[in-house]
Amino acid sequence: MSKIHVTTQVNGDAVEFLCAPDETLLDVLRDRLNLTGAKEGCGTGDCGACSVTIDGRLVASCLVLGAEVEGSAIETVEGIGTADALHPLQRHLLEHAALQCGICTPGIVVAAKALLLQNPDPSEEETRYWLAGNLCRCTGYDKIIRAVLSAASELRGENA
Amino acid sequence: MKQDFKILGTRPIRPDGLDKVTGKAMFGADKSVTGMLHARILRSPHAHAEIVSINTAKAEALAGVKAVITGDDFADVENSATRYTMQNCMAQGRALYDGHAVAAVAAVSKAVAAEALKLIEVEYKTLPHVTDVDEAMLPGAPVLHEGVKARTLGDDVSGNTVGYYSFGHGDLETGFSEADEVIERTFKTAAVHQGYIEPHACLADLGGDGRGELWCSTQGHYMVREVCSEILHIDASQLRVTASEIGGGFGGKTTVFIEPVALKLSQKAGKPVKLVMSRDEVFRASGPTMSSSIDIKIGMTKAGKITGAHAKLRYQGGAFPYEMVMMGAMSAFAAYDLEHVQAEGWDVMTNRPKMISYRAPGAPMAVYAVESVVDELCQKLGLDPIDTRLLNAAREGTKSSYGPTFKAIGLVEALEAAKAHPHYSAPLAPNTGRGISCGFWFNFGGQVSVSMAINADGTVSLIEGNPDIGGSRASISMMAAEALGIEFDRVRTIVGDTASVGFSDVTDGSRVTFAVGIATIKAANAAIKEMCKRAAKIWDIDAEAVEWVDGAAQPTGHNAGDFPPMSLAEIAATSGKTGGPIAGHHEGAPDKAGVSFGVHMVDVEVDPETGFTSIKRYTAFQDVGKAIHPAYVEGQIQGGAAQGIGWALNEEYIYGEDGRLQNPGFLDYRIPVASDLPMIEAVIIEVPNPGHPFGVRGCGETSIVPPLAAVANGVAHAIGVRMFALPMSPPKILKVL
Repeated sequence: MSKIHVTTQVNGDAVEFLCAPDETLLDVLRDRLNLTGAKEGCGTGDCGACSVTIDGRLVASCLVLGAEVEGSAIETVEGIGTADALHPLQRHLLEHAALQCGICTPGIVVAAKALLLQNPDPSEEETRYWLAGNLCRCTGYDKIIRAVLSAASELRGENA
Repeated sequence: MKQDFKILGTRPIRPDGLDKVTGKAMFGADKSVTGMLHARILRSPHAHAEIVSINTAKAEALAGVKAVITGDDFADVENSATRYTMQNCMAQGRALYDGHAVAAVAAVSKAVAAEALKLIEVEYKTLPHVTDVDEAMLPGAPVLHEGVKARTLGDDVSGNTVGYYSFGHGDLETGFSEADEVIERTFKTAAVHQGYIEPHACLADLGGDGRGELWCSTQGHYMVREVCSEILHIDASQLRVTASEIGGGFGGKTTVFIEPVALKLSQKAGKPVKLVMSRDEVFRASGPTMSSSIDIKIGMTKAGKITGAHAKLRYQGGAFPYEMVMMGAMSAFAAYDLEHVQAEGWDVMTNRPKMISYRAPGAPMAVYAVESVVDELCQKLGLDPIDTRLLNAAREGTKSSYGPTFKAIGLVEALEAAKAHPHYSAPLAPNTGRGISCGFWFNFGGQVSVSMAINADGTVSLIEGNPDIGGSRASISMMAAEALGIEFDRVRTIVGDTASVGFSDVTDGSRVTFAVGIATIKAANAAIKEMCKRAAKIWDIDAEAVEWVDGAAQPTGHNAGDFPPMSLAEIAATSGKTGGPIAGHHEGAPDKAGVSFGVHMVDVEVDPETGFTSIKRYTAFQDVGKAIHPAYVEGQIQGGAAQGIGWALNEEYIYGEDGRLQNPGFLDYRIPVASDLPMIEAVIIEVPNPGHPFGVRGCGETSIVPPLAAVANGVAHAIGVRMFALPMSPPKILKVL
């Protein structure tokens, strides 16, 4: 099976890779680009641990083929904030102790950022429904929802 | 016991948090090495079948395939428990459940490995199977393994019944004769999976000389080392196991499923092998918890006093002998001070995946059944559910239903906090019911090792041997800082590999903060003793004349001399000249873990048209002894509550007539999602555990015990009909409406 050549952008950098026609974007990110922040929790689009954005649109990267992202701009958790300059979402997740094992956290960060870009002032209910595709088995979601709402508030300049 | 704390009770940011919010943290599947192969496992499509033959020739001939193994590649082991674990990882002779591993392949890529699986020819001869616990106990049921039936049992139960236990005291007949009302009910609960989001994953490299490296996601890398070295017939010292960051476990990662397979493939291929389960494999072949069938009989006076209580617990634990119903029998009536009580339990094998612990293993279903009957009695007798529980509550000095007499415990405090909470008096909307339940867990101590180095710059490096599953590196650093009298951020705690610190039991039994905490405090005390000695040397006084106060050595008493306190940093800075590096370590097996009780209160609304139950309000009260890091304690309480809600309302292993699992994926096995839950208020109660210098009790497991009955009682009050089986999924509720 011959490979497909793909030119794309990942976290702002130009990237080229070869992938099999049936290879998922998640496998490309993890196995070919060494970006292991996105996790495979199910491989069927049910858990959200592999969440990334393509041209700003939130997707489960296990349901996207690597060959589909030609010419697009992908953002993964590795592109959101650094140790010195965390994104407010990341900082609030830490401050609220909103992670226990942390395996779902990258997906939560990516998905919540996408939410706040679209809706800077989400209600608790809107936040819960938006994140309903991101399974967390540790926290019962309480602290995650609080962290996202307080990050949203900070981003709106309400509690800087 | 220490009472005033500088660091305990604060909420610092966990040291491993940064890596986890930025995607840097390395979990089981995140590690790769040059030249590694990818492995896949072939699994039985049958519930029970003889493996007549396996032909691997075509798979081996496929380009890129480097090794194929079957059960024949594993030599026998002496220890029967290890043999069962090995045969659960790879079937020998018979496939015992849908999803049981029968062969494995290592190849140059995932795609080639997947292709090779299709080329393996397995000839099966299907055998009769059984997946239901009551059917499996019947004489004449297909028996999973001969010769393992519990010796005390007669011909009225089948050979699948591998364990029988009985706990209690008094005389049941007397107890029930004193009651004004006796209710007897039978319950069923489905098997549920721990549902960790990270599938099992490992990277194994085992040379022909028996030296190996293993990286894996586990709750206990020492356990992995012991089991794997036994199965592979190599020395424990030669196999170094490193625990990756672990993406959830809840008991499900306290055994091995894939590690021996990856090691064997690596040995055969002569290359490192990465093996990662798919979610389908996690559901079909890693261990869920037991399903159950339970009879409860409880007698009560008009005033609410429980006069007699009897439980019969029949647990289904999958395809190999196991021991876990004992925990259920011990937990069933632990919340109550009873004169006449008996809890019996039977462990039963079926053609299902071998069960493994799930958070307070064995307790939730037993307590669900008991607390449902207590609630029904309160309903029938017109009694307040909290007052009735207070009237019967176990307290300090109560002889527990399972034997020991309780020391200081916090059940009464939790019940009183629940009664006083505004939630309890809040009005209820139509179609809404309020449910209450108590819960209990033992907590454990176990073997533990900690090594602590005082660095020359005044910082502290601490190595412990328990994978951090929910923030324990933070709580251990906090306890070290508290004991040494220094700032939290001066301590860095790491989880060492099996070659870097002594043996440590698995991260389970809510034991880590308790046991590693004690070892940390004792290691700190050893380091403090040495630091006092160094200060004495510098001051040229007796070592006994130096004491440690607020992170510094100081002379004690007037005769010792007048020296200003010397801080840890000052002593550390000159340690090279005063006798060399300063360190403290402790190895031990603390056993005074201190039991933990919780009380949960929930308001549920049931939609009469769809049968859908929504959780409107949830408050959980739990005695944790002393909360080291309250935010992570709340997290444990909230997380356990959410898992219990899933168990009560949606989660279940569904088997067809063919004995195959019908819902091995998150779409059909539905764990609670964010939109299913409200905020979960966690109320921390602190009744210090006399068995820990800081009063700590384990707090991780109790929280999954009360939600099942709390939700079930809420549903019963909301719809006016009581259900006797979990989960109470919408179609099942619709049926009774």
